[in-house]
Amino acid sequence: MSAPERLSEHQVEQLIGRLLQIGVLLAGAVTLIGGLLLLREQGSAPPAFSVFHGQPGNLTSLIGILKGVREGRSDSIVQLGIVLLIATPIARVAFTLVAFAIQRDRTYVFITLLVLALLLYGLLFGKA
Amino acid sequence: VSASAVAAIPRHNPVVSVTAASVETLQALGELRAIAENAVASAGLARLATFPAAMTTTTLALIVAGGSFGAGLLGALTGLGGGIIIVPMLTLLFGVDLRYAIGASLVSIIATSSGAAAAYVREGFTNVRVGIVLEVGTTIGALIGAALSGIIPPSALAVLFGIVLLFTAVRSFQPRADHELLHTPDIWSERLRLDSTFPTPQGMQPYSVRRAPAGFALMFIAGILSALLGIGSGIIKVLAMDQVMRLPFKVSTTTSNFMIGVTAAASAGVYLHQGKIVPSIAFPVTLGVLGGALLGARLLGTANPKRLRQLFTAVVLVMAFQMLYRGLTRTI
Repeated sequence: MSAPERLSEHQVEQLIGRLLQIGVLLAGAVTLIGGLLLLREQGSAPPAFSVFHGQPGNLTSLIGILKGVREGRSDSIVQLGIVLLIATPIARVAFTLVAFAIQRDRTYVFITLLVLALLLYGLLFGKA
Repeated sequence: VSASAVAAIPRHNPVVSVTAASVETLQALGELRAIAENAVASAGLARLATFPAAMTTTTLALIVAGGSFGAGLLGALTGLGGGIIIVPMLTLLFGVDLRYAIGASLVSIIATSSGAAAAYVREGFTNVRVGIVLEVGTTIGALIGAALSGIIPPSALAVLFGIVLLFTAVRSFQPRADHELLHTPDIWSERLRLDSTFPTPQGMQPYSVRRAPAGFALMFIAGILSALLGIGSGIIKVLAMDQVMRLPFKVSTTTSNFMIGVTAAASAGVYLHQGKIVPSIAFPVTLGVLGGALLGARLLGTANPKRLRQLFTAVVLVMAFQMLYRGLTRTI
């Protein structure tokens, strides 16, 4: 492995580390804001999660969540934070894909693409 | 939180004395059976704490955040991952539906895994190639597990959870011995260029990787379990990489951590669509665990890891028998 290649690999690792940090902090901040708003609105109601009854559309699909956020719904804001959190490792895999592509590593571009496709399938369609 | 599982562990608890003695595993396993009998007897008595009618969403969110903070802290300090005690805590202590608890736990695992990975990735331990190859196995397993979770009844999940907790307790007091590094690649390792180097005080050390297909198969199982139970399955992942594939221990743990976030992201997406992620429970769990894990990473080195591991093992054992009991009596 040549010296400049190692340098770029090091840079990739630094970037991935920063990406993960930003993703978690951003997701955490959005979740916190949504959570505090949620408690201000519904905080005095009795808790309702001892019986399973599923969740409404504004909390289960990406489009529903975004629509809820635009309407200022606190529970949708929490879900947006959670979606950002789920997206963080997915972004990491996407970043790894770019790194393998730059290295022209065909085998690993294919393998990483497969993982990315599986992840996006789960997040976007959610029907396994 | 009167009937708290943690409060049920007095100082003279036999679990603590077993681990403290650091006896050989076989001997400890014999004693474990005796503890098991005690715990099964007490499991019938310890019932779920019933909350007063005045309990509000805010109060419960605060208590859940506090408990999750403790789990995250303990997980980070022991290096055993707090994910495995989140679901039993939520269901047994706070009466949260098992499916909601698993959804919240999955989300919190992504947070701690990504947070820790941000620090690890710069140190150069993680084997990204091994990680991404095995990720194919865990993500397929996770998607299948998430689909199965809609079919398998909660009581069966609780029993499975109890078994995994028992396995975790047993593993947590098996001494980890560093194995010798291999320097001859096998056919899979050569084909996929899995061999790598890792930093040691003596400089970068090369190592070879063995039995990738067997590791892959274990990862598939780890992925299914992760999605079914809302855990990171770090124990199986480390077992596969350290024992089966013969990666250096530190490489196994950091690569496992990388994979845990990706695996959990696969199933969390499906859980979201299935309506199993509830904002009012997911947010205190996620923020609590994340806060605990961040503090734990800071405190690392100041706390006594051995005593904490004993505490962790004791908590896991009590929860194991509670989950088995609740599952077998179909009261979950």
